[in-house]
Amino acid sequence: MLLLSQVSKRYGDALALAATDLQVPGGETLVLIGPSGCGKSTLLRLIAGLIQSDSGSITFEGAVLTPDNILQARQQMGYVIQEGGLFPHLTVRDNVTVMARYLRRDPDWIDARLTELSNLVQLQPELMQRFPAELSGGQRQRVSLMRALMLDPDLLLLDEPLGSLDPMIRYQLQQELKAIFARLGKTVVMVTHDIAEAVYFGQTLVLMRDGYIVQTGSFKDLAQAPAEAFVEQFISAQREPMAKLTEALK
Amino acid sequence: MKLPSGLRAVLLGLAVALLTPYVCNAETPVRITVGSKSFTESVILGEILRHLVRQAGNEAEHQRQLGGTRVLWNALLSGDIDAYPEYTGTLLQEILVKENLQTEAALHEALAARGLRMTAPLGFNNTYAIGIKQTLARQLKLKTISDLKNHPELVFGFGNEFMDRADGWPGLQKRYQLPQQNVRGLDHDLAYRGIDAGTLHITDLYATDAEIDYYQLIALEDDLHYFPVYDAVIVYRADLEQRAPEVVTLFKRLEGRIDALSMSKMNAQVKLHGQRDSVVAAGFLKRTLDLEVDYRVKTAWQRFWQHTFEHLILVGISLTAAIILAIPLGILAARSARLGQVVLGVAGIIQTIPSLALFVFMIPLLGIGGPPAVVALFLYSLLPIIRNTYAGLKDIPPAIVESAQALGLPSRARLRIVELPLATRSILAGIKTSAVINVGTATLSALIGAGGYGQPILTGIRLDDMGLILQGAIPAAILALLVQGLFELVERGLLPHGLRLQAETTKSAR
Repeated sequence: MLLLSQVSKRYGDALALAATDLQVPGGETLVLIGPSGCGKSTLLRLIAGLIQSDSGSITFEGAVLTPDNILQARQQMGYVIQEGGLFPHLTVRDNVTVMARYLRRDPDWIDARLTELSNLVQLQPELMQRFPAELSGGQRQRVSLMRALMLDPDLLLLDEPLGSLDPMIRYQLQQELKAIFARLGKTVVMVTHDIAEAVYFGQTLVLMRDGYIVQTGSFKDLAQAPAEAFVEQFISAQREPMAKLTEALK
Repeated sequence: MKLPSGLRAVLLGLAVALLTPYVCNAETPVRITVGSKSFTESVILGEILRHLVRQAGNEAEHQRQLGGTRVLWNALLSGDIDAYPEYTGTLLQEILVKENLQTEAALHEALAARGLRMTAPLGFNNTYAIGIKQTLARQLKLKTISDLKNHPELVFGFGNEFMDRADGWPGLQKRYQLPQQNVRGLDHDLAYRGIDAGTLHITDLYATDAEIDYYQLIALEDDLHYFPVYDAVIVYRADLEQRAPEVVTLFKRLEGRIDALSMSKMNAQVKLHGQRDSVVAAGFLKRTLDLEVDYRVKTAWQRFWQHTFEHLILVGISLTAAIILAIPLGILAARSARLGQVVLGVAGIIQTIPSLALFVFMIPLLGIGGPPAVVALFLYSLLPIIRNTYAGLKDIPPAIVESAQALGLPSRARLRIVELPLATRSILAGIKTSAVINVGTATLSALIGAGGYGQPILTGIRLDDMGLILQGAIPAAILALLVQGLFELVERGLLPHGLRLQAETTKSAR
């Protein structure tokens, strides 16, 4: 499905991503996790072709990505970012359908698809005529997801999709998203810094630090057989507050 | 002035396109254009010439009060104008000074070599003189220019032309060894007011100035015979003798017919008594040559509409062209960092050229009148639009640009669907800035014969008539507001609803 081979990226002297190999099997949800600046977003943006790698190659659905085929390939990728990245001058409907209209898809198909997706993400049809400024943060992320799914891509790239939401909405959307992924059976690569979220979504976790992949595996692998001390530190830093909460309830 | 041939071709092409409205009646009998300098005497003489041209049955145009001797001379050489009143002293000491001509015959020859002719002197010698208030002269016992050597404290204020020309102040100072340090260049009409107010003590005069008597000045004796003779003549293109011989005959009837006193009276009638130059010129022709010329003075409204029309043409064409070119340049600048620096740099350099200088730079390329003014205004209008287009595109949040990319939209579609709509507000702000600058700067184009609201302003300054100045200044200000209002309306129509909502929510959030 997606294969990264010796892909690296530098900004001047600063290393953003060391030469990295990564394989994402079809239908699987892979979560990139790590502290800020570890290279997880860089990796995602390299896959989407938003930045060019300095070395290595990315193979998507059997073809090596190049500047020539990236536009085509992006139609098979859905991309959602933290703040949603919605176009403020377009209505929800226009935001979601912009690419389909550009590709001159059949208007009836577009309408049907819009209804289907608004049901999927549970947005009321009357919201379709609103502008992003008239939506709540959670609604915006739902719209962003609709836009990413519009052309029925094979791969979903999510960069901290729930990062700017408050905890209640975030919890609710996590559940919905997981259900949607399960139902659609898409390949998902998601970036987060929240280990609970990572565990909730991911079959495979990729823990990164300073541009390197430290360890790849299930949460159990990481917790029980940490490749280095950092893995343990990273997990326990986020487990500690949980433990305290549990303690307080006793 | 050498220009790359490509640029020259572009400018010429633009000029041809812009010229069309001006020359669409080129097939009419003979159209003769006369010019005049930016002082009253020259304008009156120009009106006399215009009357004579019409008397001979031709179509006449008077490009009045053009900005300086060089402008007129070049316009005459290039055929933009066919004749204008000039002074022998200016021809010998200023325009043709490099030829070092000694005799009148040599002057005629030098003119002929350039395809020009000159009439015999019209009868008055309007030489430069050095003027001072009578009371001050008496008090300091000043009679001659040499007497000034003992009074270094006196403040001198000279007309800008006198300040710079070879036969003006620099030569005068050398000849008389004058010690004064406080010497300013300013508009000649303002100099009179300075003298009257006592802030200036000495200025240059023309011997036929209406103000000599009015402000109670006297001319100091030129005891070292520094100033050359400034006999008034008419210089005209040699081809006029074939195109309209009867006009040349009429011009020659003026030879020896205007003495200093009648010229100075005519100057006073226009300048001090508020008579229209056209009427005064016609009165002179009736008195002196017994010519009954049919003159029509335009009503104030007719002039107002004419100036409005000219101003709108200047602004309309130059601003439209600027918008059409500047937005793509702004896009280019935003897309490519290196090109961006070049584009913004060049547009910035153009903006630093003083507007008056830019107008004058255009004359060798495009002559006088509408086309060079339009090109200058066009160049001036570029930078605000380019810069705001550039800034508007650069200010779009990266998340939005990346989202558009990630959808798979190609570059051009991203620009059209996402980036330009989001930059609308900034681009329109740039256009509004350009429009206001353009309307204001267009008043200067009267100096190169393009008319517009600058014409009454220029005449008002010349005649010290605040009413006339306001006749140009107020409509120009109102036009600037109207143009700005027009683009506000455009903005209301163009600005996407979602952006207005966004602006409101950010406002209420604060």
